[in-house]
Amino acid sequence: MSNPIISVRGIGKEYQLGATLQHDTLRDQITHGVRSLFGGGKRPEKAKNSFWALKDVSFDLNAGEAIGIIGRNGAGKSTLLKVLSQITEPTEGEIRVRGRLASLLEVGTGFHPELSGRENIFMNGVILGMTKAEITKKFDEIVAFAEVEKFLDTPVKRYSSGMYVRLAFAVAAHLEPEILVVDEVLAVGDAAFQNKCLGKMEDVAKKGGRTVLFVSHNMAAVQALCGRIIHMKQGRKVGDGDVNEQVNAYLGEIKQPTTGAGAESVPLGKVITLNQLDFTPNPVTSGKDLKFSVELGSNRKTNLSELAVLIYSVFGARIAILDLRRPDGQMSIDPDNPYRISGTIKDLPLVEGDYRIGLFLNCAEYYGDYHDLASLTVSAAIRENALPPYPAHYRGALELDYDVEF
Amino acid sequence: MADAIEAKPALATAERVIKPKKGLISIDFAELWRYRELFVFLAWRDVLVRYKQTFLGIAWAVLQPLATVGIFTFIFGYVNKNAEQNGMTVFEYAVMCMAGMLPWQFFSNAMRESSNALVANAQMISKIYFPRLIVPSSAVLSGTVDFLVGAVIMGVMMAFAGTALRPHLFMLPLFFLVGFLAAFAIGLWLSALNVKYRDVKYVVPFLAQMGLLVSPVGFPASAIPEKYLFWYNLNPMVGVIDGFRWSIFGAKFEPYWPGFTVSLTVTLLLLVTGALFFRNSEKTFADVI
Repeated sequence: MSNPIISVRGIGKEYQLGATLQHDTLRDQITHGVRSLFGGGKRPEKAKNSFWALKDVSFDLNAGEAIGIIGRNGAGKSTLLKVLSQITEPTEGEIRVRGRLASLLEVGTGFHPELSGRENIFMNGVILGMTKAEITKKFDEIVAFAEVEKFLDTPVKRYSSGMYVRLAFAVAAHLEPEILVVDEVLAVGDAAFQNKCLGKMEDVAKKGGRTVLFVSHNMAAVQALCGRIIHMKQGRKVGDGDVNEQVNAYLGEIKQPTTGAGAESVPLGKVITLNQLDFTPNPVTSGKDLKFSVELGSNRKTNLSELAVLIYSVFGARIAILDLRRPDGQMSIDPDNPYRISGTIKDLPLVEGDYRIGLFLNCAEYYGDYHDLASLTVSAAIRENALPPYPAHYRGALELDYDVEF
Repeated sequence: MADAIEAKPALATAERVIKPKKGLISIDFAELWRYRELFVFLAWRDVLVRYKQTFLGIAWAVLQPLATVGIFTFIFGYVNKNAEQNGMTVFEYAVMCMAGMLPWQFFSNAMRESSNALVANAQMISKIYFPRLIVPSSAVLSGTVDFLVGAVIMGVMMAFAGTALRPHLFMLPLFFLVGFLAAFAIGLWLSALNVKYRDVKYVVPFLAQMGLLVSPVGFPASAIPEKYLFWYNLNPMVGVIDGFRWSIFGAKFEPYWPGFTVSLTVTLLLLVTGALFFRNSEKTFADVI
């Protein structure tokens, strides 16, 4: 048997939390240095302020395989892709890559809003590792795929977000590496374009015989595209193999709350932590009121300008959001004063089943979506009319309140 | 599709090993050569973007240096009678100032752009791999366009002042190269430091402002007493500006060559240490930026 195209051996990545947070300016570094000169001073405790985003991950990947990587937020999926893409260096272990690897961790890396569509195609293509000659050859194909012919000479800052994403994905889709690493890029764009992208990736993997590594929260996409799945949890590989088996294991995992009595808070980026994200009652009966409460902590004083609870179906399609922005825009958090907010969803209009809950937040330092922080189970309402309801999967996600005149 | 398959055998044999790097990290010139197109494209993007949605466009590249030259000529050359003392007309004095301003302006812009380049491209650095050295170097390259525009204006001024064209002019690109390397060397140090210490953004305007007054832009370097000239040339731009004046005026502005050697040595020293410092801080860029 030939060599695997990628072999990953005992990869670990340790992040120093304290070091980056405490010495942001030279002054901090100098005062720290001076303090440790006089009277020893307090050193940040290394052991306490570091964590392993990845630990002891090993696997082999054969040429032509399409592999999905799934796991909760903070399970180490993105870190794994970053290490594979050489963006960040592993702390331990070794990876051997035998082929040209292109990574697509974001659509439109290097896009500049002031440049036209045409200019950005070249810029982005070169950044992704294509040569100018390759881009020139595929230019028409890229433009046709993105459906932006008329706007080629318009600065992309005037594009709609849909057009922007289409153009960005189109460039990436025409890369021809032997190994393609893709992170969650399909979470953007409209449904029709998402399907087109999935189709293109399927082509790449199945007909093109190339190797694809794909991270997604969209289980339907992972199941459609991948022949094998690696399931990550807290920086470690907990499962590797059959698609359905791993997806079911993962769906089982996300039913258990990450937070709650005794549980540790979950980091949401470098500053914010999630202390609590609860729904009561859970399980809830469809059509009844549902109370929610969120508590966010932080490791330094910061301000949230936006916050939303995101509700996803089991397969990762977004169903609804709870917009928790305050009219005055001020939600301050500091280590001693966590931010709490709670409320009630009236007559919960969801079809019975499991729902995955995430958060979107925008604080002074960064913003982002965080997936699978909790889950919500909705049980069937007791119906008064005589006809038995259709099965849940047949009824979609929403229970509408409507009258019919027969 | 066909090319991809054709290209496969050659590429498939190449095996890359990703593991923690230990010890002093050197510069991977082969890899830099593979990414040469990105180097040019990033500079091209900077140039395209720089004057978009401005009314005067690229004229900004010369307005500021021209105004400064005008003020220097008036104050030092005319009011302070430096022009007369050096046996020059006021126009010649303006050309002399411009010959100092041109490389200084390039250096100062290139230093500003390159020291900020990594932070300005933070998104790219945390999302894709390419040799990070390309970022500050292409920022310096993008300043060349402004420099060329300035050089055209310089030519016009020389014609106006009746400055003769001398064979020394062929040496000008060499002195420009030294200026380029000096800006790149400082850019390497400052951009890598800027990733971790945003203090750099306060240091750079200060360096640019002080440097303009301390470097021999508004006056000839011969105004400095000879016993200090050696030390004066520790500022690498002193050698570059002297070289520019010599290329334009010939023997009248013969540089103090031992001083020039000092400037050149400082430049090369900064360049080598800067590149090593940059390469060895590089692995934490994506985590810290």
